[in-house]
Amino acid sequence: MIKIAVLVKEVPDTWSDRRIDPGTKRVDRDGDVVIDEINEKAVEAALQVKESGGGEVTAVTMGPKNALDAVRKALAMGADAGIHIIDEALGGSDALQTSAALAAALGSRGFDLVIAGNESTDGRTAAVPAMLAERLGLSQATFLRTLTVKDGTVTGERMTDDGHVEVRASLPALVSVTEQIAEARFPNFKGIMAAKKKPVETLGLAELGIAAGDAGGANSWSVVETVAAKPPREGGTIIKDDGTAGQKLADYLASAKLI
Amino acid sequence: MYPISEDQQALVDMVRQFSTESLAPKAAEWDETHHFPVEVLRKAGELGMGAMYSREEFGGAGLSRADAILIFEELAKGDPTIAAYISIHNMVAWMIDAYGTPAQREEWIPSLATMERLGSYCLTEPGAGSDAAALSTRAVRDGDDYVINGTKQFISGAGTSAIYVVMTRTADTGSGGVTAILVPDGTPGLSFGPPEKKMGWHAQPTRAVVFEDVRVPVANRLAEEGDGFGIAMNGLNGGRLNIGACSIGGGQAALDQAVEYVKTRVAFGKPLVAQQSILFELADMDTQLESARTLLARAANALDSDDADKVRLCAMAKRVATDAGFAVANSAIQLHGGYGYLTEYGLERIVRDLRVHQILEGTNEIMRLIVGRSLVGR
Repeated sequence: MIKIAVLVKEVPDTWSDRRIDPGTKRVDRDGDVVIDEINEKAVEAALQVKESGGGEVTAVTMGPKNALDAVRKALAMGADAGIHIIDEALGGSDALQTSAALAAALGSRGFDLVIAGNESTDGRTAAVPAMLAERLGLSQATFLRTLTVKDGTVTGERMTDDGHVEVRASLPALVSVTEQIAEARFPNFKGIMAAKKKPVETLGLAELGIAAGDAGGANSWSVVETVAAKPPREGGTIIKDDGTAGQKLADYLASAKLI
Repeated sequence: MYPISEDQQALVDMVRQFSTESLAPKAAEWDETHHFPVEVLRKAGELGMGAMYSREEFGGAGLSRADAILIFEELAKGDPTIAAYISIHNMVAWMIDAYGTPAQREEWIPSLATMERLGSYCLTEPGAGSDAAALSTRAVRDGDDYVINGTKQFISGAGTSAIYVVMTRTADTGSGGVTAILVPDGTPGLSFGPPEKKMGWHAQPTRAVVFEDVRVPVANRLAEEGDGFGIAMNGLNGGRLNIGACSIGGGQAALDQAVEYVKTRVAFGKPLVAQQSILFELADMDTQLESARTLLARAANALDSDDADKVRLCAMAKRVATDAGFAVANSAIQLHGGYGYLTEYGLERIVRDLRVHQILEGTNEIMRLIVGRSLVGR
C-alpha cells in the first residue's frame, strides 16, 4: 500500500475578476475562492493510483481558514485524510518558504509519492513542486500528462515544448501533473457526507519547527517589487472579404505560427 | 432550516455543477426530440441521486427530506422534467426501502440507488385519479402467486423501468383493500400503451401500463395485504415536497433569465429595468419563490421529524410551490414579450413542464381538500 500526498490550494475563481492588491502586492483572496482545478485533477490522479494498487491519499494545503475547503473537496472526492498548515505568521510566504513549510509537514511521514499540480492559477510560479522535491530529497518528475505507478516505480510522459519525453523514477518520488492528466470526478453524496468525519490535522509554526524570524512575507527571500494591471486587450485584426479573405486569414495564422 | 448547513451547501454545490453541465445544455434538445436520457440518469445515479433518502444499508444515500428538496431545486434549474422523473424514481426506491423485506431491499435498492435499474410508480388508473381509493386493478391470490389484471394510467418511465410498484385491489373494502405489489419488467402479461402526446415533460415517457393475467410470487408483495393505500399516501408526502422543489427550481431559472433580460432590453429609450413596474414584477416573482421555498423547508422538516402536522404542511407546500413556480415562469415569458413565446428562449418549455406539477402527486385542489379537512376535522 503506498502513501500518497496531494497538494491542494484555494485560488480565486478563474471565472471571477481576479486582482492583485496593489498595497500588499498579494493576490486578493476576498472574492470567490475555489479549489484550483489543477489540484482536483491531481487528486483524481492520486485516487486512480490508489484504486489501481491500493493506497492511502492525504490532501495537504497551506493557507488561511477557508483553505480547508480545498481539503474537504479532496476528502469528498475520496481522499482519506487531510493536513492543513495554518498560521497567521505564514501569510505572504514566497515559493521558497511555502516549500519549506510543506517539507516540514510532509518530511517525517513516510509518503511514497507526492502529487502536485504543475502550477497554480493564482501565483503561477510553478516552482513549489521542484523546491519541495529538493528539500525532501525525492526524485522529481514534473509536468507529467500521464502517470502510472507500478512495482515501486512511477512512469509518465513529461511535456516539453515540442513533444514529450518518457520519464520514470523510483519511489519515493514527487510528480507534478498538467491539466491533461485526468478529468476530475464529481464527489458523490456519500463522499460529501463522509468528508466531515475524515481526520484533518492542523499544523502551525510550532508543529512545523519553523522559527518566527523565518516565516511570512516580512522574511521572504523574494520580493514583489511592483504590480501592474494587464493592459486592456487591443482591438483585433479585421479582415474585410474582397475575395481573398481566406488567404489573408491563413497568412495571419501562419505568421502567428498557429498553423 | 436557514441558513442551510455546510453539508447541505456541499451537496447543493455538487448538484448545481451536475445540473449546469449535464442537464441544462441538453434540456431543449431532449424536449424537442422526446429523448429520455437514461445515460444521464445513470450518471446521476453514480453521484447518489437514485435513492437519496433511503437507508445506507443497501446503497441509499441516507439523506433527509430537507436535503432532498435542495437537491431537486438544483436539478430542476437545469431540467424540470428530468428532476421530476428522478423524484418519482426516488419515491419507488424509498417505498421498497421503507416497506420491503430485507430480501426485497437487497434485491432492488443497490441498482435503484445507482439508477442502473429504473423504477415506476403505478397508482393512477383511467377511472381513478384524485379518488385513488377507487382503484380497480385487481390482484387475486392463487396459491403462492398473485394474478394481476387492470390498467394503470399516466405512468412515468413506463416501458423503460425495471420495476413497477403497483397499487392493486385485493379486497373490496375501499382504501383498506389496497395492496402494493412489485412487478419486474418482463413479467408475462405486462405491456404498455403508446407514449402519450402531452403538453410538456417531453423528456420522459408517459404511458399506460397494462396487466393481463400478470403472475408474480406472493413474495413480491410490499408489506401486508391492505397496507397499500397507506404506503401510497406516505410516499406522496415526500413526492409532493420534491415536485414542489422542482417547480421552485424551474421558476428560479426563469426568474434568473428574466432579470438578465430586463437589464439589457431597451424600450422607450432606457433599459426595461428602469421602469418601476418591471421592478415590482421581479419583486413579486422573487417573493413568491422565496415564500414557497420557506414553507417547503418547513414541511420537509415536519416529514423528517414525523411531525403530526406533516400531511397538512406537505399539502400546503406542494400547492404553494407548484403554483409559484408556474406563475413565475409564466411572468418570465411576459417580461420577455414576443421573445418569451419563442422556443429558442427556453421559457415556454419551463412553463409547459411546470404546468403538470399542479396536477400530479395529488392535484392542487386535493391539496386544498386536505388542508380544509384538517381545519374542520373531517
